[in-house]
Amino acid sequence: MGPYGFYVWSCFALTAIVLVICEWRARIRHRHVYRDIEVRVKALGDTE
Amino acid sequence: MTSQDQALPDLLSGPKALIVRDALLALKRPGDVLNPLFFFAMVAALFPLAVGPSEEQLQLIGPGVLWVAALLAMLLSLNSLFLADYEDGSLEQMLVSPVPLPALALAKSAAHWLSSGLPLVLVTPVIAMTYQISLSVTGILMLTLLLGTISLSLLGSVGAALTVGLHRGTALLSLLILPLAMPVLIFGARTVSLVAAGDGVAGGLYFLGAYVFLMLSVAPFATATALRISNE
Amino acid sequence: MWKFVHKLASPPHFYHIAANLISWFAMPGLLLIGYGTYAGLFVAPPDYQQGDAFRIIYVHVPAAYLSMMAYMAMAISAGIGLIWRIKLAHAVAAAVAPLGAWFTFLALATGSIWGRPMWGTWWEWGDPRLTSELVLLFLYFGYMALRNAIDSTSKADRASAVLALVGAVNVPIIHFSVEWWSSLHQGPTLVRQGGPAMDTAMLYPLLAMILGFTFIFGALLLRRVRAEVLYRERRKRWVRDLILSGKGKR
Repeated sequence: MGPYGFYVWSCFALTAIVLVICEWRARIRHRHVYRDIEVRVKALGDTE
Repeated sequence: MTSQDQALPDLLSGPKALIVRDALLALKRPGDVLNPLFFFAMVAALFPLAVGPSEEQLQLIGPGVLWVAALLAMLLSLNSLFLADYEDGSLEQMLVSPVPLPALALAKSAAHWLSSGLPLVLVTPVIAMTYQISLSVTGILMLTLLLGTISLSLLGSVGAALTVGLHRGTALLSLLILPLAMPVLIFGARTVSLVAAGDGVAGGLYFLGAYVFLMLSVAPFATATALRISNE
Repeated sequence: MWKFVHKLASPPHFYHIAANLISWFAMPGLLLIGYGTYAGLFVAPPDYQQGDAFRIIYVHVPAAYLSMMAYMAMAISAGIGLIWRIKLAHAVAAAVAPLGAWFTFLALATGSIWGRPMWGTWWEWGDPRLTSELVLLFLYFGYMALRNAIDSTSKADRASAVLALVGAVNVPIIHFSVEWWSSLHQGPTLVRQGGPAMDTAMLYPLLAMILGFTFIFGALLLRRVRAEVLYRERRKRWVRDLILSGKGKR
């Protein structure tokens, strides 16, 4: 890579980080929504 | 006389009455008109204090500074565009009136421009003088501001309609409108700088004129839709 | 065809179909990006002007391309939601915005890192592409801020749709005005990237990266829309049934 190695590698690393963050946040969001509904549905289920 | 001819005065009388009403309101509360003007003058006064009184430098940054100050002053007055109507219920009357809502939205933009855009253009020469901007360049500056403030009134009415009734609307309104206003700022300020440097003026003015027409055809409808959504 | 579209637009069907679709998008996406990264970093010859720094375009160009595509996708789905009142379209628009903002950030950051060795500065106002990416980032922020400011989901959907449509009208104009603005500026001489005369050994990895990023974007988007749909339909019967059956976790 010569003198540009640092710049090239940091760009690729940053891209990987951003993609992982996007995936991770989508998963977290899905899990949170699912858990919230689960708690509510189970609570309602007991009273019904 | 056909029925269409009779419908036409109705279409015009509503917006006309709205403009007259808003103009009278502005005359009764001169603060609403004057405060943005003072703000404009003050922002323009801040720059020489901050960057130093060098005449050359002021001439160079003058057009850009005045344009940014005008843009911010317009934003300041936009926040209250629909606020009073929203609070006293006249906005709901507009929504149910037989006059098409886009026509009324256009009238509101026109009234806003008359009470904030036009005064800005009129005080510009005084402030331009303090920046040592030459007379001919001042003329172009006023012309670009004239066209630019019309676009900003129209574009801003969309943002004002979207944020009416929301808490802390001012910062949000700026966030919505400023990126969209970028082309107007770029063409307005750069055209004046180009003229000051001895270049032609036509390209920038044509663009600003075209943008006014684009906004005239888009903004009233977007504002009307936004008003209906905000008022449920 | 219409029947299929209609079926897909119904939230429960979408929720189930999307779960399978995600891997169909992610697999080719990862393969293409894997090939593109390898070929781009190790196989493609260095550029005769920029040396190895040109390799940054393999991530910069796809990110910039997707940041604009995402805005268009957001505006189109918001428009569909506003006009035909399709709930799923609003969910898509809501899910695209943060992704688009991330890709815009990525395009800005990689562009800036590329600029450091090429121009000698991290930021160059004279470059029209970077400047219009910055404005695009602000547009995404405005859109998300408006959404957050409105409590009612259906109101937020429609209000932000109006904003997205007005923004979509302005995006080409912003791009054009920034081009015009910088053409007057005597900035540093930009080293043009590639151009039509690009060597195929350089071009193929770039195409693979663009396609791969698009697939990955699709997979990320599907995942986000799924979560969004689940949240929006949280009081519906099918969600209740889904959760009681314990099948919807993945």
